[in-house]
Parts: sequence; C-alpha cells; structure tokens
Amino acid sequence: MSGQTQRLNVVPTVTMLGVVKARLVGATRGHALLKKKSDALTVQFRAILKKIVSTKESMGEIMKTSSFALTEVKYVAGDNIKHVVLENVREASLKVRSRQENIAGVKLPKFEYTNDGEVSKNDLTGLARGGQQVQQCRIAYIKAIEVLVELASLQTSFLTLDEAIKTTNRRVNALENVVKPKLENTISYIKAELDELEREDFFRLKKIQGYKKREIEKQMLSSKQFAEEQVAEKFALQKGISLNSAHNLLSAGNEKDEDIIF
Amino acid sequence: MAGRVQIPSRSSALIAMIADEDTVVGFLLAGVGNVDLRRKTNYLIVDSKTTVKQIEDAFKEFTTREDIAIVLISQYVANMIRFLVDSYNKPVPAILEIPSKDHPYDPAHDSVLSRVKYLFSAESVASGRR
Repeated sequence: MSGQTQRLNVVPTVTMLGVVKARLVGATRGHALLKKKSDALTVQFRAILKKIVSTKESMGEIMKTSSFALTEVKYVAGDNIKHVVLENVREASLKVRSRQENIAGVKLPKFEYTNDGEVSKNDLTGLARGGQQVQQCRIAYIKAIEVLVELASLQTSFLTLDEAIKTTNRRVNALENVVKPKLENTISYIKAELDELEREDFFRLKKIQGYKKREIEKQMLSSKQFAEEQVAEKFALQKGISLNSAHNLLSAGNEKDEDIIF
Repeated sequence: MAGRVQIPSRSSALIAMIADEDTVVGFLLAGVGNVDLRRKTNYLIVDSKTTVKQIEDAFKEFTTREDIAIVLISQYVANMIRFLVDSYNKPVPAILEIPSKDHPYDPAHDSVLSRVKYLFSAESVASGRR
C-alpha cells in the first residue's frame, strides 16, 4: 500500500512528536464524529427512500382520479372549456413555500404549498353546465398538487442527502486511509529517529568513558612507578649510596675509563 | 463543500409544468398557472406540433428561473429530452416526472427512481415493491 510509506516531512524532534501526536488525536476524533454523521444521514436517507417509493405509487393513483375528473368535466361542459381555462390564467393562487430543515448539519429543502384562497377568476368556469364537475376536478387537482409537492420535497432531500453522504464518506475514508496512517508513520519515524540519536549518544558516552578510564590507568601506573622509584632512592640514600650513583658505579665498571692505562 | 447549492428560502415560488394539454388544463384549474407582465407563462403545452427544441428551451428556462421551485414534466415528454433531465442534478427546482393520461407511468424511466435503483440495486426499490 502506498499509504504505508508516506509520512509528513518533519524534523524529528520531541516537540514535533508532541505536535504530530496531537494531530493524530484530532484526526481520530474527527473521524469518529464524521462516521456518526454519515450514519445519521444514511438512516435519514433510507427513510426518505422508502417514502419516495410509496409516494410515487400514490401519485399514480391520484393522477388517475384527477384525469378522470377532468374527463368528466369535458364530457359535461364540453371540450371548449379548456380554452376558457387557458384564457383565464392570470396569477398563480397555488404557490410553493420552501423552508429548510437541518439534519446533522445538512440543510434539506422542504416544500409546502400555499393557497392564496382567491379562486374568483375560475369561479365562473362551467357556469353554464358542469359547474359541480369543475369544482370537483379542481379539488382533485389540488390534491394531486399536494402529493406532488410532498414528492418534490422528498426528491430534493434525496438528491441533497445523496450528495452530502458522498462527501461525508469521502472525508471519512480520507481520514481513515490517508491522514491517519500518515500521522502514525510520522510518529513511528520520529520515535525511531529519536531512539537512534539516543543510542548514538550512549555509545559516544561509553567510548569517552572507556578512553578516560584507560588514560587514568596509564597515569596511575606511571605515578605508581614513580613512587616506587622514589621509595627505592630514599632507601638508597639512607644507606649512603645513591641508587643512581650505584648504578653509575656499576655501569662505570663496564665502561672503559680513558685515564686508566692498565 | 465544493458543490454545495444554496437553497433559497423564499416565501412563495411557482410550480412550472411541461405536459400535454389535458394535464396542464387540470393543473391550471387548480390555480397553478401564472402569466407575468411580459406574457410569459410558467407552463408549456406539448402537443403533436411541439418540437423537441421548444421543450428543451422551456425546460432550460424553467430550471434556471429563480421563482420556480418545482417543475412538473410528463413522463413521455421527459423521455424526449431524457439526456437533459438525466444530466440535471440541482436540488432546486425539483424535477418531477408525472404520469400523463395516455401514457402509462414507468418507474424504470424516472431519472430519480433509476438513480435510487442504481444506488440500492440489492434492495431493488423501484421494481421490487411495485
């Protein structure tokens, strides 16, 4: 895995080790939190998914009844009623109000339909015949709008949540597979490096210690020798002969004296 | 987040429609229709004479207009401009495919439902529960 060898480019010091450790703690906590968020979003997502499917089913039914109501209108009031309706369009009385809902930090749009209440412009439609059917048809279509608006808000939530879940999961995976191994590698690298330094230091100290010991031993030895010599000399002096002169005497015997002829 | 879309929280928005005449008339009867000062409507009636180009333009216009929250589109019309509907991925306005009177509704064609199916093929939401 490529993530195994990756590490941050840092100077291996104790301070840096502390900093990286703190970052690892932060990354771990963030990972746990994001994971929780992802789970919460997924729960919501699945609930919405179920609702979407059931609402889509009911939408089919409702559209069928409203289409049938319109056919009734056409039968009773004549086909020309559509021209009346198309001509009477002025301003929408049925409108959609959108508000936001917050789920685990993700803003989801929610639609609500509002009816302004003034239905006067189409009131006279079908006055001649089929007025009742027209009203029924209107009610059927308003019901259809109700379902459709709900479906729209579900669908929008679905898309938004889908996007949010994707990004959250991407972050979770990035933390888990990139950031955390990187930090861990850095920590182990710094630790190894510090250990290495410590060993080096220890070895050096040992070396120096050994050198000093040898040096001291040498000095001790020479001083001991010196002391021995001193003692010997003193002893000789007490006897009246200098050790050195005795030596000399001895050695002088060996030497050839130029003054001595025979 | 890079692709975060601002969700406008206005007090009132319109519902746009691209559908056959009967469906549009029905919804207009309910009071959805709106004609502004420049005689621009928030609906498009699709009949045999309507070209695909017109539908495309209407779809693009409705999806970019600020005051529209939901776009209702008949499924057979949506099939004509399927590439546009499928590539559309903004949350607002929401695209809603509705069945029309003389074309049966097929959940497999719906762009959102197919995405649901694609995401959860194991659950097979669209086909399994129908």
